[in-house]
Amino acid sequence: MNKGQEELLVLLQKAQNEFGYLSEETMAELAKCLALSISDVYGVATFYSFLSTKPLGRNVIRICKSMPCYLKHCQTITNTVEKEIGIKPGETTPDGKFSFQLTNCIGACDKAPAMMINNDVYDNLTPRKISRILKAYK
Amino acid sequence: MPQKRIVLRNCGVINPKDITTYLDRDGFKALKKVFDELTCEQVIEEIKASGLRGRGGAGFPCGLKWALARKAQGNEKYVICNADEGEVGTFKDRYILEGDPFTLIEAMAIAGYAIGAKKGYIYLRAEYHHHLDLLTNAIGQSREKGFLEHFDIDIREGAGSYVCGEETALMDSIEGKRGEVRYRPPFPPSRGLWAKPTIINNVETLMNIPQIILNGAHWFNQVGTEQSRGTKVFSVSGDVKKPGVYELELGSRLKELVEDLALAERVKMVQVGGATGRIIPYEMIDTPLAFENILGAGAIIVFDETRDIIDVVYRTMEFLAEESCGKCAPCREGTEVMVEILGRFSRGEGEERDIAVLQGLSQAMMLSSLCGLGQAAPIPVIDSLQYFRSAYENRIQKN
Repeated sequence: MNKGQEELLVLLQKAQNEFGYLSEETMAELAKCLALSISDVYGVATFYSFLSTKPLGRNVIRICKSMPCYLKHCQTITNTVEKEIGIKPGETTPDGKFSFQLTNCIGACDKAPAMMINNDVYDNLTPRKISRILKAYK
Repeated sequence: MPQKRIVLRNCGVINPKDITTYLDRDGFKALKKVFDELTCEQVIEEIKASGLRGRGGAGFPCGLKWALARKAQGNEKYVICNADEGEVGTFKDRYILEGDPFTLIEAMAIAGYAIGAKKGYIYLRAEYHHHLDLLTNAIGQSREKGFLEHFDIDIREGAGSYVCGEETALMDSIEGKRGEVRYRPPFPPSRGLWAKPTIINNVETLMNIPQIILNGAHWFNQVGTEQSRGTKVFSVSGDVKKPGVYELELGSRLKELVEDLALAERVKMVQVGGATGRIIPYEMIDTPLAFENILGAGAIIVFDETRDIIDVVYRTMEFLAEESCGKCAPCREGTEVMVEILGRFSRGEGEERDIAVLQGLSQAMMLSSLCGLGQAAPIPVIDSLQYFRSAYENRIQKN
């Protein structure tokens, strides 16, 4: 067992939480501390969808695009969020407030369509609810 | 048939933040019985005799898995609870964790006793982070009451990866790596987490353990069918009036679940099992839900007459291609090829040879993929070709 490897994912998660993304410097530092190659660190950082090697906004919106949410018009929710914050999925607002992503099934299928903002789950979404939900975030 | 709540018996009844409400409902009595009255081998024999099979999708006999880990050499063994629940349309484990984390903790402690493990992990998907405090609190209270003296539990969080619900990818993830699937043999009970004997059980599977210990295997045998003992918690979503979780005896009919309980109307087809689940056309809706018929993890997605089968299969394959761990060529390349072909069908640009290509590729992927994702990815394609062939033929471009 490589003791360094064992701690890698947990430390990447901590860094993601603290800095909002995993910069090259962060990954290089982790590689040095854990005696791993930087490509190993990069390989793990890029495997998981909740880790990002690009800067993200302070708040990350993830709209579920999997089948049950698709059947309940997640596209309408996506369009509403786009209009509300002015960016498309994959982008970040210029003021750094929101990043916007589409994600796969988050397990809220009985209350579709659903989304997450950071660790909060919002379900039974309608276009009318979006504005109020987003206003709560700084 | 009415619902039968074995797994969900405490959900909505106890306070998941207060262990005393669990103790009032025979909480931790099974663990006490195991320590006071049963040897490890007797516990395993009881679980074997119950016929309990895995509830995460694969249906592997639980008692056999535990017996293999018990037999394995070594003092360091692990129990892992798979709470990754990424299967599309599945949310039953979420309900269970929200409503009754204590039964899960007791079950893991019993499993640890049975196989000789002192340590357990709950692998909790990142998307369920908002349940982390509840789980941590429940473990803390169990420790305070002295129930975890011989077996402790830690939580490891996922970071967004469907394939980490596969047991070997899950172990690689706990080990700090990319969630890639391992070659087997060796199997986890002989060589698993950090190469030590490990059992990985789904949340719902474990939830059955304390009741089986308290009431006996014979009691569990009264429920379900001969090859599928017990109940199953179904997650129902899609074109239904009453989506949600339903716990039914195994062997219950899909029609009863979808039409009588979930109140679906004008059903065209139902996908049973998740993204790689079987597609059941309405004519076959009377199929029993059991391992020997159709089951999977019990995700039930209902599609009404307005839905387009090609669109459904295409989007499903896009999901699978995106989530493939990438390690083996049949899955990594095969899913991408299927996405390309299905994409053209969805735009009405199918070619004559495409159906034969899909069929041949399906055989190759089922035979040679490293894990269930690649092996079962062709299932929606195969089923849709069997039951909705004309949908494909109508979209072949005639030159």
